[in-house]
Amino acid sequence: MQENASHKPEEVEQFLESTLESVDAAEELAVGMAQRAGLDEDELMKVGMAIRESMVNAVVHGNRYNANKKVRFSVSTDTERLVVQVGDEGEGFDFNSIPDPLAPENLMRTSGRGIFLIRSFMDDFQMRHLENGGTEVTLVKNLVSK
Amino acid sequence: MSVKLTTRQVGDVTVVDVAGRITLGEGSATVRDAMRDMVSKSQKKILLNLGEVSYIDSSGIGELVSGFTTVTNSGGALKLLNLNKRVKDLLQITKLYTVFDVHDDEASAIRSFN
Repeated sequence: MQENASHKPEEVEQFLESTLESVDAAEELAVGMAQRAGLDEDELMKVGMAIRESMVNAVVHGNRYNANKKVRFSVSTDTERLVVQVGDEGEGFDFNSIPDPLAPENLMRTSGRGIFLIRSFMDDFQMRHLENGGTEVTLVKNLVSK
Repeated sequence: MSVKLTTRQVGDVTVVDVAGRITLGEGSATVRDAMRDMVSKSQKKILLNLGEVSYIDSSGIGELVSGFTTVTNSGGALKLLNLNKRVKDLLQITKLYTVFDVHDDEASAIRSFN
């Protein structure tokens, strides 16, 4: 990871359609900001994937491709961290119900790896229930080695 | 471009050269359809050459797992060839690297089916 002392803080917030095109757009936007913040190629790949998985969860599982529901997507960078938030307007789910994809009985499942990959690729990951019933996730990547 | 599949026969092994992005949507669906087509044609020996895969997400991983299970359950074998760092890292993180038979050389991969 390269420390980019000249990096100018950035912040973007968007309300995106519940489509796969929004997933691509969000990933591209965030990776661009992460690149300007000084993350190397390996870290950019990880950040991109984590954001993609978060957006897919919001679009597919949260909003269920509902054209009347939006995904709130925000990215901010300062000298120390890149912070991404993804919020949907779905019905929410039990955070304790997420199966462990590494458990032997789950290893050959065809889905269920998204949140695991997000946790693997980011330095911090939090989920919370929104007042409207939806889910918001916060992903953090440190820009300076700690 | 999403994903492009090119199929060729090397003896009784079906080699599928995969190029592009295996992500949720068109990419993963194309891979899924190709797998089902090969199984329906009773192709038992399938080698997926992933050397030109630029991106794969968890849905793409899911399609590889689904294909592996389907081919195996039909009495066949599905193997992987030319994993780049991204795909290899993902399979290792998800503990799937040891599930698949992974090769770096096509000739040896073909021989391994026998």
